Amino acid sequence: MGRFVARRLLQMIPVFIGTTLLIFLMVYSLPGDPVKAMFGSKAADPATVVRLRHEYGLDKPLIQQYWDYISGLFQGDFGQSFTGRPVADLMADAFPVTIRLALFAFAIELVFGIGLGVLTGLRRGKFLDQAVLIFTLIVVSIPVFVLGNMAQFVVGVKWKLVTPTVQDPQDLTQLTLPAIVLALLSLAYVTRLTRTTVAENLRADYVRTAVAKGLPRRRVVGVHLMRNSLIPVVTFLGTDLGVLMGGAIVTEGIFNVPGVGNTLYQAVITSEGPTVVGVVTVLVLVYLVSSLVVDLLYAVLDPRIRYA
Amino acid sequence: MRGAKSAKWVVGAIVVAMAATACGGGSSNDDEGNAAVDPNGVFSYYNTEPQRGLIPTNTNEVGGHYMMANMFRGLVTFDINNKLQMAQAQSVDTTDNQHFTVKLKPGWKFHNGETVTANSFVKAWNWAANAKNAQLNSSWYEAIKGYEDVHPKEGDPKTDTMSGLKVVNDNEFTIELARPVSTFKERLYYDAFFPLPEAFYKDPKAFGEHPIGNGPYKMEGSWAHKVELKVRKFADYKGDDKPKNGGIDFKFYSKDDAAYADLLSDKIDIMYQVPNSQVSKFQSDLGKRAISQPYGGNTNIAFPLYDKEWGKPEKVKVRQGLSMAIDRETIAKTALSGSKDAATGFTPKGIPGWQDGACGEFCKFDPAKAKDLIKQGGGVPGNKVTITYNADGANKEWVDAVCNDIRQNAGVECVTDAKSTFQEARDLITDKKLSNPFRMAWVMDFPNIANFVTEQFRTGAGANDMGFSDKSVDALMDKADEAKTEDAANKGYFEAEKKIMQDQMPAIPLFTDHTVAGYSKRVQNVKIDYQRQAVWTEVEVKK
Amino acid sequence: MPDNKPPQVTPSSVVGAGPNADGAAATVAAAAVLPVEADKQASTEKARSLGQDAWRELRRSWLFWTSGVLLVLLILMAVWPSLFTDVDPRQADLRNHFLGAPQWSHFFQEDWFGYNIQGQSVYARTVHGARASIIVGVCVTLAVTVLGGIVGMIAGYFGGWVDTLLSRITDIFFGIPLLLGGLVLLQAFTDRTIWTVTFALTAFGWMQIARVMRGAVITQKHADFVTAARALGAGTGRILFKHILPNVIGPVIVVATIALGGYIATEATLSYLGIGLKDPTVSWGVDISAAQKNLRQGPHALLVPAGFLSLTVLAFILLGDAVRDALDPKLR
Repeated sequence: MGRFVARRLLQMIPVFIGTTLLIFLMVYSLPGDPVKAMFGSKAADPATVVRLRHEYGLDKPLIQQYWDYISGLFQGDFGQSFTGRPVADLMADAFPVTIRLALFAFAIELVFGIGLGVLTGLRRGKFLDQAVLIFTLIVVSIPVFVLGNMAQFVVGVKWKLVTPTVQDPQDLTQLTLPAIVLALLSLAYVTRLTRTTVAENLRADYVRTAVAKGLPRRRVVGVHLMRNSLIPVVTFLGTDLGVLMGGAIVTEGIFNVPGVGNTLYQAVITSEGPTVVGVVTVLVLVYLVSSLVVDLLYAVLDPRIRYA
Repeated sequence: MRGAKSAKWVVGAIVVAMAATACGGGSSNDDEGNAAVDPNGVFSYYNTEPQRGLIPTNTNEVGGHYMMANMFRGLVTFDINNKLQMAQAQSVDTTDNQHFTVKLKPGWKFHNGETVTANSFVKAWNWAANAKNAQLNSSWYEAIKGYEDVHPKEGDPKTDTMSGLKVVNDNEFTIELARPVSTFKERLYYDAFFPLPEAFYKDPKAFGEHPIGNGPYKMEGSWAHKVELKVRKFADYKGDDKPKNGGIDFKFYSKDDAAYADLLSDKIDIMYQVPNSQVSKFQSDLGKRAISQPYGGNTNIAFPLYDKEWGKPEKVKVRQGLSMAIDRETIAKTALSGSKDAATGFTPKGIPGWQDGACGEFCKFDPAKAKDLIKQGGGVPGNKVTITYNADGANKEWVDAVCNDIRQNAGVECVTDAKSTFQEARDLITDKKLSNPFRMAWVMDFPNIANFVTEQFRTGAGANDMGFSDKSVDALMDKADEAKTEDAANKGYFEAEKKIMQDQMPAIPLFTDHTVAGYSKRVQNVKIDYQRQAVWTEVEVKK
Repeated sequence: MPDNKPPQVTPSSVVGAGPNADGAAATVAAAAVLPVEADKQASTEKARSLGQDAWRELRRSWLFWTSGVLLVLLILMAVWPSLFTDVDPRQADLRNHFLGAPQWSHFFQEDWFGYNIQGQSVYARTVHGARASIIVGVCVTLAVTVLGGIVGMIAGYFGGWVDTLLSRITDIFFGIPLLLGGLVLLQAFTDRTIWTVTFALTAFGWMQIARVMRGAVITQKHADFVTAARALGAGTGRILFKHILPNVIGPVIVVATIALGGYIATEATLSYLGIGLKDPTVSWGVDISAAQKNLRQGPHALLVPAGFLSLTVLAFILLGDAVRDALDPKLR
């Protein structure tokens, strides 16, 4: 187990370097000059452009810029954004908001997704099953920006049940609507996944054995069935948490949530290399760690899997 | 910043009101009665997150400018009736438009208690003009004598001070320009000419996070990035425009649609720019709280005259033909829901010097003549028109409509070419890499026809993206520059505008812009000026 | 993911998040192409009876028939739009600007679904928009399957340092969310066509398949029939494509088509973010994002293309469900 974790941690290093290099090259090859763009429609003053380029290190060769960036990174320096603020500060603003939103959405997914999944899995073909099935299909087939804008307009503007946008990201009630929109898609997926595995495992020999042993239904379902059915669901949830942390570019935009997705989108649009690379660097770490945790969770859930 | 990037650059920004007559527009929507007013009430204002630290000499976009405009007061300011007023200055005197004497009103204080002196201005300008400090607004000092010494085109500055600025005493300084500039006094309105306290030089970066100004409002608390910034009434403010409210919470939005949703539910009090998508409904949504009035900006399609094909002399007819294929009135009324007006020239109606019909028959919709002219000019190069624009501004609606008109009325294939960002489109345009027409817009620096004509159409002018050059037009503008009276000057510029259009038409004038704003039920006495900013100090918050 | 050993397919490889970057739905579906594959399999391998069973099962499923008919119609629309309308989707008449509300009884006529902001027929645009959206969905799925499949197969079969290298490369791309990758990559293109969008989505979408393929190949490569083939002197290529591929293609196709609807939705989302397909391409994504800004003026301009988009995604999911149910004896 320990060796497995150690090996995985070692493997993260090349992946980490590769991903940051990839995104670095991509962002810096974007068309449009971010320094000249600072001048708006006015002609850019050449002397000032030269100074600013130097200040942001844009006058160096690309590979050296990357090297400077990575070596700064190991000293805990994420560089400076074109707004003049340290990227670390930008991230310190955005990540807590997104983490709160992500956990909220995740909780909704977990409770409703697994709950509905188990219910429908146990009652395959019944009315509830069909209703939930249709609901999940509809949710899954609507693009999120349509869903988000509709929800904002109907719930926020028409019915005035919640504030249409997030005014104060500290306030959980304001995060409710974005969290629901964010959770809906994955919720539909978790429901269907749980339903399928529960239905499959319901016919498994060990369940039949457990029932034959005369165990109460609650114990059969709660312990024997659930433990086995949850493996694929946990996998999905594990990767999904990473995705949620990555910030929901569209949802955060619609609801004006000052989180990672919004920051990232603005940065891409304005070719703010340092910010994009910084945020993605953290996201890669989150992804790497969460996939490690997921793999470790298998071992907990499925005794057949043991890591040497 | 999506939504209206184009309009959001305070391009030059001595922009305020235009003609006094047009200015009634803002206040014509009387509030529903006069509710009791809370003199310490705070209201919220739609804004975008400033793109850089809040330093006046480095702020050139509206997100930051709106904050600067409240926390600072320059020497002069414009009132709602578009009259230049003295603010921090007692007087700005000149006889030759080259030598200025500035006298300050004594006793004004910065928010930290420091007294505003002549040195607060001179030192700030010298610092900002210095190439070493790489300030985005440095070119604003270009006219001052000795600018090249502190801001050479290449290399390090020779000295730290411009010879044209001299402090006489605490409340008086003089400005000498390298050459006469008739609009210099108006230019002093701009953020670049604000004073800075001594505290600034110790740590400009920290100052950018928490500016200390001399304006009617001072910053409260710290800047909650991407969320809000609060300013409150400054008790020691000495100006005449003392706030009638307690302060402003600037709320930052990345999407104007989101902000509009908040306006409808009274979560935000003033929104200076209703998103285009809501313009058709906003009157019924807001009733008397809806504001629609002209704005000092225009929208055009420009042609790359530096291109071999488009530069041919006979293509004038093609450009004029394309212009006549566009049904501006219908587009403005339908696809744009009245958020823009059909243009009859480059200068918007109501701007001093404006006269109707600069464009003449060439801006009238006439498909038959359009086809005829295009044929006479030998057809469109490549037999296809491509219009490049930036998709991150509210442009798609009009570009699509114009392109459809060209295709259907002129019988020339037309496609739109949306660049995803402003900077991408801007780069192609300024580097003169395009060989097809592109979107070109202008937002006035100050309300005069000269600003609309000279900045874009003079040979080699800074914003002449077309590579347009016509000696007789240049001569007309030079003559107008030297005219003795404002009236004669305006007539001269109009002649030039007319000649540009009739002889060359390097750009097709399409629309002039509107300010479409609204406010919540919590506030009253909201007036919006021609820079799309509320007269903040006048806003009253209901009890 | 654990290294070469243990050999079992870890669950993560079969499930997968799909193109879920805020959005683009992770859809649960099996392949539309699956029946074809199943038939092919039936002619070569022992799976004959399974394929026949599945077909017999499918014929009785109303889900299969509804979704099948729907898809045939939609694909027909993509291939041959003039069958459905002879109105030019780019023809605009501003006098019709939104005022032309849908005339629900004017079947297949220009004003059936009303007009959009430019006064263009929503019906004509929806019919012509099918092509771009469906091509993007299908092409990305094909490209992703081929690319991911090859990478996964090589990694799984050869193992060792090849596997380590390819798996790390897979991880590198996995670290960047699809939507973000697409956003950045597409900005770099001056010309955005169906093919550049396909390229961008493929570049950041192939990893899932690679993982599934790798896992499946690892479980199969020690199987008796592979050992037997090798003993008989079969070359690597022959073993890979003749013996292993037919046995592992099943789960790959399931995962690939899970994503198909998602890719169509992602294309729409990219348009919404301002970097989708460009004029003069007509696509649902472009129309939905344009109309959604004017939701209040003309909801029909949004709802019709969005409805067709949803219907397409739905049809793929339903068909997939039906096929998977038919193929899975455990659920019969």
